Formats: sequence, structure tokens, C-alpha cells
Amino acid sequence: MKILVCISHVPDTTSKINFTNGDTEFDTNGVQYVINPNDEFGLTRAIWFQEQQGATVTVVNVGGPETEPTLRKALAIGANEAIRINATPTDGFFVAKQLAEVIKNGAYDLVIAGKESLDYNGGMVPGMIAGILEYNFLNSCINITVEGTNVKAVREIDGGKETVSTTLPLIIGGQKGLVEEKDLRIPNMRGIMTARTKALNVIEPVDAKVNTKAVKFEKPAAKSAIKMVSPDNLDELIDLLHNEAKVI
Amino acid sequence: MSILIYAESAEGKFKKVAFEIASYAKKVAETLGTTVTALTINTEDVSELSKYGVDKVLKVSNDKLAGFNAKAYADVIKQAAQQENTKLVVLSSSTNSIYLSSLLAVSLEAGFASNVVGLPVSTAPFQVKRNAFSNKAFNITEINTEVKVIGLAKNSYGIFENTSTLAEEAFSPNIGDNDFGIKVESVEKTSGKVSIADADIVVSGGRGLKGPENWGLIEDLAAVLGAATACSKPVSDLGWRPHGEHVGQTGKPVATNLYIAIGISGAIQHIAGINASKVKVVINTDPEAPFFKVADYGIVGDAFDVVPRLIEKLKAFKAQNA
Repeated sequence: MKILVCISHVPDTTSKINFTNGDTEFDTNGVQYVINPNDEFGLTRAIWFQEQQGATVTVVNVGGPETEPTLRKALAIGANEAIRINATPTDGFFVAKQLAEVIKNGAYDLVIAGKESLDYNGGMVPGMIAGILEYNFLNSCINITVEGTNVKAVREIDGGKETVSTTLPLIIGGQKGLVEEKDLRIPNMRGIMTARTKALNVIEPVDAKVNTKAVKFEKPAAKSAIKMVSPDNLDELIDLLHNEAKVI
Repeated sequence: MSILIYAESAEGKFKKVAFEIASYAKKVAETLGTTVTALTINTEDVSELSKYGVDKVLKVSNDKLAGFNAKAYADVIKQAAQQENTKLVVLSSSTNSIYLSSLLAVSLEAGFASNVVGLPVSTAPFQVKRNAFSNKAFNITEINTEVKVIGLAKNSYGIFENTSTLAEEAFSPNIGDNDFGIKVESVEKTSGKVSIADADIVVSGGRGLKGPENWGLIEDLAAVLGAATACSKPVSDLGWRPHGEHVGQTGKPVATNLYIAIGISGAIQHIAGINASKVKVVINTDPEAPFFKVADYGIVGDAFDVVPRLIEKLKAFKAQNA
């Protein structure tokens, strides 16, 4: 089985979010980048398939040279090889189009992408790849097993989960549940050393339409100060929630 | 030209998000001088949509669509959009609508903006404000295609009554067998409980609860309020509560009217996940807990002392206001 894991290079979850250039660009100053958490759950599941079922795992990212350390980290975790598509990921459709091209040319059986990246929160790339390639697609995937070309998987739904069956080739939008937090791997020294010798191929993008454009960013308005209520005066809290906030 | 919405239902009743996107679409339609058409799938009684400004309903009744299937549903919405010559499709941010939205956008060759939090900033060029960076910022996105799809973030606009005269029309799309590459084998619903996605109020517990055996406190408070229960990441990592209850940046997002955090310090990732909630209450023993910086109301106190008394007071309040 050939697995492709799509990796977004995103600010660490503890990052302070600021903008520059008249609020038109994300301020990368002092920001640490990581593998998008939803992608990391998928990558870890892919490594499980590699170890248990002999799958090969390729990781891919659409981004400039500055994203290579993130791909190297994925290699250090255990991916066999990496591809960087040398372009700025401007819009979900543009990114999906680039990835679809790689998937078609590489004949991947299973494509794992996070259901959403933690920077732009578009949540559209995996579905768009499936739409472009007309492959089977399962979003919000929290478990997957593969036997031959038969797949059993679980999708999170509002208020529960559903179990589905399908066949490869398949694209999933993955999230926590594919593996748990405790299963995530921190690269060890041997992994880091071997990652240096693994292939990281840089390819140029294909032409694709850009349908949307992020024109400006805003930070949320400052919050009004908290109202403190004495633990001995819970009636006041109920009164505030009922009469002021009008939520009960 | 009319704006198309997909009005979701469950067991024959519309979900609240259907009314929210109807209210939203009506407002946008008024600005653009057009009408709102709703697509419904296997919903018998659609009359309630007229309360929220829907002008026309395309009713699909088809046994093949008895269970949700993203590709088939996206295909049906696409055909409805084409028949209506729609330039704007508005979807909700339910798990199912998010699932089908990107498939729909590709098949309509539409630019797609998800997580939209308000009315268009401008309609020519078409610009919307959306959540980005996990609720730590907003981003204005311009959609440049002729046909546009937007996904409205839950609870970001609200439900507004706006009575209209509803025309009902049967709609029979072509449904191909190749739409069913994903087969649902079984569905497991968390029974008898309010789901986080549907809840108006969420009561959430953290490590301050000291152990899973104390979750009765959270459940009892939730029961009085008709709320869903949730938990912080450490709690689900410790296995005290199922992962489906973990809310935060890597767990479920919460955009509810009232979020009550008990024994949760308020790590930045947790706050990011729940910040879209309108009113936040924190109960914590530590007055320095970061949650106090983002909450609307706070109590410095021990959950084991405060919560049981709060439950009793709320019961009395509910009895009075019933």
C-alpha cells in the first residue's frame, strides 16, 4: 500500500497570532512551526501501517523552502520520503489541485490529510482533492483499518459516530482518534540522523485557478473585564446569567 | 439567481442550523435583491422554513438518500443549484455539511469560504469575514468565482424570524450508483444526552475535578441546564472521559451560548477551542488561572463546594421560571 500524508506547516498551538503589512500578512516573527496536529495524528497512523502492513509512507507539503524542517521532522518520525511542492499555499483549491497532481502521478492508494489546518481553518483540502480525482472520501475519520483494498473506517458525526466500509483508493480527512495523543512520536536521534539522508524532492507547481484570496486579517476586539461573583452569593450568578447575559 | 441553502433535518425535524442559515441567507438575499430557495432531503413537513424567510423549497424524497452520504448529497445540491441558476450556496457547519461542502465547491467550480462569521463585508467584490487561527483571529476572504459557496460558523449569526410565503416544489435529481462508494454499516449515537454540537449550554470539567468518580457533579449541573458535558484535554488524555468530549483546539470546537468551565485552568489551546462561545463562566480555586482573563463571569472557589449549591439554586430557579 502506498500512503501519502499531506502535511501543513502551521504555527505551534501556543503561538501569539499577530499580523504585519497593514494586517494583510501573518507575522512569522518569533513563531515556532509544527506539523499541523490533525496531520500528525494521520502521519502516526500511516507509520503504523508501514510497520504492521509494510506500507510505504510519503509526506507532502505545499510551501516554500522554510517548510522543509517540518517535512524533515515527518521523515524523522518515520516517513520514507518527502515531497515539497514549491509554491505558496494561497487558497484551498490551489493546494488541492497541486496535491491531486502528485496523487495521480504517484498512484497512491490511501491519502491522509488532516480534516483542518490550525492556521487558516479552511477544512476543505481533503474533500477538494477527492472532488478533483473522484476518489472515495471520508471526513472526520477517527479510525481506519485496511485489508487488501477493503477499508473499514469510523467517522465522527454530531452526537456519535458511524462505521463505514469502502475501498481504496481513498482520501480521508483525519483527526485525533486515528491515534491517540500518547501514540504520537517524538523523533529520536537515530530518526533525525536517517531523516537527513532520506529523499526530499522539490517539484514545481502546476497551473491552477485561485478562487479565493485572504485580503485582510483582524484580531478579536478586546474583551470587557470579567465580573467576579462571591462563592457565597450564587444567586447573583444566576441573576446575571438570566437578566444580563440572558442565557438561562 | 436565488440563494440556495441546504436545510438539514434529523428524524423529520429541521436542525437549528437550518434556521440559522435560512435567516442569514434571507438577509443576504435582501441586500442582493433576490430570494432564498431551500433544498430539503426526505423532510415531509417543510412549512417551518417559512418562518425564517425561505421563499421556495425544493423537496427531494428518495429512499436512496435515507442515510447521509456526502457525495450523493453534494451531487443533489449541485443539481438544485444548477436548476435554480444559483450564484451563492449557503451551508451550515454541521459535521455533515462540512463534509459535503468541499465536494460541492469542486463540482460547481465555486470558490469556497468556510467558517464564515457574519454577513458579507462587501458583495462586489464578494468578501466575507471568517474565523482563522483557531478563533485567535479573523480573516477577510474574497471569493472571485461566479458561483460561490460559504459555510456559516455555528451560532455566529443567530436565528431571526422573517415570515415569507413558501412555494413547495418536488425535485427529482439524478442519483448515480457511483455516488455510494462509502457505505454506512452502523451508526452509534450517544443516547439520551445532548450532543456538544447541538447544545446551547455546555458544562465542562477539568483536572480540578480530581477524578472520573466525581463527574456526577458535571452531569448533574448539565442535567439541570439541559446542557451537554465536555472536558479538557488532560481529562481525556487521562482516560477519565471519552475523547469525544474533549473540547479545545485539537478536540471539538464549541460555539455555544453559555460555556461553564469547572476546574479548568484555561490553557491557550483550550481557550482557542471554546472562544467562539458567547458567554463564559469559570469556577476555579486558583484566582490566577488564565481562564479568568477570558471569561465573562468568574467564581474563585472549590468546585466540590460551589457546584452542589449551584445545582440546588438552579433547580429552585428553574422551578420558579418553569
